[in-house]
Amino acid sequence: MLMGLYNYWVVVVLMMVGFYIVIAHGNLIKKIVGLSIFQTSVFIFYISMAKVDGGTAPILAEGISQYSNPLPHVLILTAIVVGIATTAVGLALAVRIKEAYGSIEEEEIQKKDNLDC
Amino acid sequence: MVVAIAIVRLKDLLAVIMLSGIYGLLSASFFVAMDAVDVAFTEASVGAGISTLLMLVAITMTGRSEHPARHKPVLALIVVFITGILLIYGTLDMPYFGSAQAPVHLHVAPRYINDSMQEIGVPNIVTSVLASYRAFDTFGEVVVIFTAGIGVLALLSVVRRPEDITKIDSLNDLMHAEHLILRIVVKILIPFILLYALYVQFHGDYGPGGGFQAGVIFASAIFLYAMLFGMNTARRVINQSVVQFFAAIGVLLYGSVGVVSLLNGKNFLDYSALSTDPIAGQHLGILLIELGVGLTVASVMVIIFFNFEGRRENSQSLENKNKENKKA
Repeated sequence: MLMGLYNYWVVVVLMMVGFYIVIAHGNLIKKIVGLSIFQTSVFIFYISMAKVDGGTAPILAEGISQYSNPLPHVLILTAIVVGIATTAVGLALAVRIKEAYGSIEEEEIQKKDNLDC
Repeated sequence: MVVAIAIVRLKDLLAVIMLSGIYGLLSASFFVAMDAVDVAFTEASVGAGISTLLMLVAITMTGRSEHPARHKPVLALIVVFITGILLIYGTLDMPYFGSAQAPVHLHVAPRYINDSMQEIGVPNIVTSVLASYRAFDTFGEVVVIFTAGIGVLALLSVVRRPEDITKIDSLNDLMHAEHLILRIVVKILIPFILLYALYVQFHGDYGPGGGFQAGVIFASAIFLYAMLFGMNTARRVINQSVVQFFAAIGVLLYGSVGVVSLLNGKNFLDYSALSTDPIAGQHLGILLIELGVGLTVASVMVIIFFNFEGRRENSQSLENKNKENKKA
């Protein structure tokens, strides 16, 4: 019966892919993409928890008694929009860093910082 | 999942971003399969549309290719594997997928599902939870979005002198003289997108939709316009300070609905205070705050996009100036 848990494993794999990008890559834009993959994996985690077998979308209608859980939907719906807003702030920072340092590679930035000291 | 792994491998950031757009669309269709229509709506327009676009604009400024890593990623891989295995070990106690007996479904959800029709009178449970039961949460989120808008504004806004504007103008004309077919198709599409956004906004009580989705769809129509007709035309159509004003108005509208219910002797954001009939009050309250959410989301997205574009144009015109100087 372990197959009943496969949705969590998909989430774990996606989350680790995002995590790997964030820690192993030096490029700031790539890191932001990695973060957003990480974020989506959490979204998928919540939404897959809300699913009920035989349930439908949580919009009340005649003759339906089984709905999926609306609460995680609400949380994730707002989280997506907040996520894009914060991602935009991250990208804006990356753009400013590029202007100040001429690069968005972590190592080159570090090198320049060390030279300045 | 395959797409995500491809994202790790690729060095070309343009391809990475295109793949992340595909990834967003895929997860949107996954959300539909999981019965989360409202979420799918948002993810489709945000993940596949706006975030892809913003990242594209960002890489035009930061350069397209990624340097190969100089240190070996073995350490990172080990960390990732250990964390992954621990997490999978943690899932062994989790309830099975789709089980109706899972703890999530037993606590507050039945109340929302059974009573929201009597208490709120709105068929879409997601809307009633979002805008009424958890309105305070949503208010916080709208404030976060607003703050993010201010953050981007502070980081990227540029002050223009008039002589720069003429230079940027000529740059724009060069870029947008072509694409005749695209422009005509987009011209036909935009009114429908805007109309659809309004439908999503005001029909959110009955079907999937609401302020967040509508705001994002509305903003993407404006992005489309700005991309094909040039930023200068778009700036003439949409005044930036007006947009900034609207972003603040949205948050204020939301907050003042709360204050009004407070003054009428009920809790903050308790809409039954807005009218003698509690259900009518709920309807009115939800309508107003969804409007506030929609306004803020749409204007913040437009602010973010315009500032990114403005920054890009500025750096381009600087480059052009440098080239001219070199020639001379």
